[in-house]
Amino acid sequence: MKFERYGIGIAKGLTVTIKHLFRHPTVSQYPEQRLNISRRFRGNELIWNQEKCTGCGTCAKTCPQGAIEIITSTDMAENKYVVEKYEADTGYCIQCGLCIESCPYEALYFSHNFECAKYRRGELVQGKEEMLETPERKVSGYFYPDKAEKLPKQTLLIEKVTEKR
Amino acid sequence: MATAGLNIYHLARLQAVSPDWPGGFWWHWLFFTVVIIGFVLTMVMGVIYIERRGMGRMQSRLGPNRTGPFGLLQPVADAVKVLLKENIVPAAADKLVHWLAPVIAFAPALMLFAVIPFENGALLADLNIGILYVIAISSVSTVGIFMAGWGSSNKYSLLGAMRNVAAIVSYEIPMVLAIVGVVLIAGSLSLNDIVVAQNVPFILLQPLGFLLFFAAGCAEINRSPFDLMEADSELVAGFHTEYSGMKFAMFYLVEYAEAVAISAIIATLFLGGWKGPILPPWLWFVVKIILVFFAMVWTRTTLPRIRIDQLMAFAWKFLFPMSLLNMFITALQVLAGWPTELVWVMIIVNIAVMAILVLVWSRFFFRLGGGRVEI
Ligand code: SF4
Ligand code: SF4
Repeated sequence: MKFERYGIGIAKGLTVTIKHLFRHPTVSQYPEQRLNISRRFRGNELIWNQEKCTGCGTCAKTCPQGAIEIITSTDMAENKYVVEKYEADTGYCIQCGLCIESCPYEALYFSHNFECAKYRRGELVQGKEEMLETPERKVSGYFYPDKAEKLPKQTLLIEKVTEKR
Repeated sequence: MATAGLNIYHLARLQAVSPDWPGGFWWHWLFFTVVIIGFVLTMVMGVIYIERRGMGRMQSRLGPNRTGPFGLLQPVADAVKVLLKENIVPAAADKLVHWLAPVIAFAPALMLFAVIPFENGALLADLNIGILYVIAISSVSTVGIFMAGWGSSNKYSLLGAMRNVAAIVSYEIPMVLAIVGVVLIAGSLSLNDIVVAQNVPFILLQPLGFLLFFAAGCAEINRSPFDLMEADSELVAGFHTEYSGMKFAMFYLVEYAEAVAISAIIATLFLGGWKGPILPPWLWFVVKIILVFFAMVWTRTTLPRIRIDQLMAFAWKFLFPMSLLNMFITALQVLAGWPTELVWVMIIVNIAVMAILVLVWSRFFFRLGGGRVEI
């Protein structure tokens, strides 16, 4: 004779909910408390290193979305390409990472920043200046394990929720 | 009709004067009307806060915590928001009925408190048929809800309202029969006398009656798991789908005012009302209301919504026979004089009776759809 049907099941359910009442909640209060995202995060932006880039254009060719636009001119005196325009349309980008993996000179990275929501589509296009590494736009460890090691470890839960109000 | 009304009025006047309360004056009625309205509104605010925070914590969330300290002002913010919203009335709606429905639904929730004692004799009208009044008045709000469903001219609203009527008609019976047990022991229908008679809280003498009344009460005011009439996943929001702004606020208020009223009735009938040591009586009463309400939040968080056939089967095949049995057993015990002489024996026997009855009935007699599955 199984007792599950005769109210025992309900009693079990009630103990589960009352236990949760006294546990600390498994939430984070987002703008004030943040979890550390994965160190290999495929960020919503690209970060580009102007010094290392040779303007070879591999990234633009490999991109399945055609999201990268690159215009170069030749500098005869120095015998190299000058990147005149480098633009990535993050609205088209699918974060596949092919451009980063294909760059022969390690000049392209994903960013570790996930708060990239914009109000207009036009704002999604990253110009040259918006692609440089800054303290706010950190480089993600995707495809670069040495960079990943320097980032903080990922956290899945906030250990002790202190209520912000 | 007129004479009956007059009689009730006279009885009310006679009974309202209790030994230590200066009742019977015009300001008694005024004072208590104001107190009841203030009490219900503040309790509703507190209770909404408890429900949202408690439910949040039980679901491993925090609940609203941004407005005011600990989110205490959330109900106020909600009220302001809802009052500023546009009032939309569907073009095909029955305008008058649509407009009257929230008022008719709200009035009974307030009127219920007229017979509930806050202290010994401190109540608006100590009717000697208090319980009957409670039962009669509490079903009036169904009319308001049915008007809302009908007046909206929306199939989901009507469906929700019909479900509500069906639920109330079915659950009224076990509810009344569960109360009969209490009335038999107390020997009075007046709520104040019932509280005075509770030297031991009746939840111990009537454990089965308490469970039946709690379940039927939850179903009567349509709280989860019996919230079929506003089942959001099936009926959008049931009877108040077409309501917005102030009128929606009224329905929201009704929902929680009824929950407070049922908690108050349960606290009065089964938990000893205002009785308790040390603290002032009215505080004991509030504490007990909140305890009962917390139990409602607890069951709401835990149990999934039941189907409409389960709702009916639960009322007619489980609660109804159980409450009949409970009534007969209690009557026999009262005849034998147990409530006055053998209180502890009665407590133990009744708890055993409850366990055995629930087990046996659900094992051998309770079937959904007669044991057949029909599609
Ligand atoms: S991540 Fe993929 S889609 Fe985005 S720019 Fe690079 S190659 Fe294009
Ligand atoms: S593949 Fe690398 S080096 Fe070549 S253009 Fe792109 S970013 Fe510059």
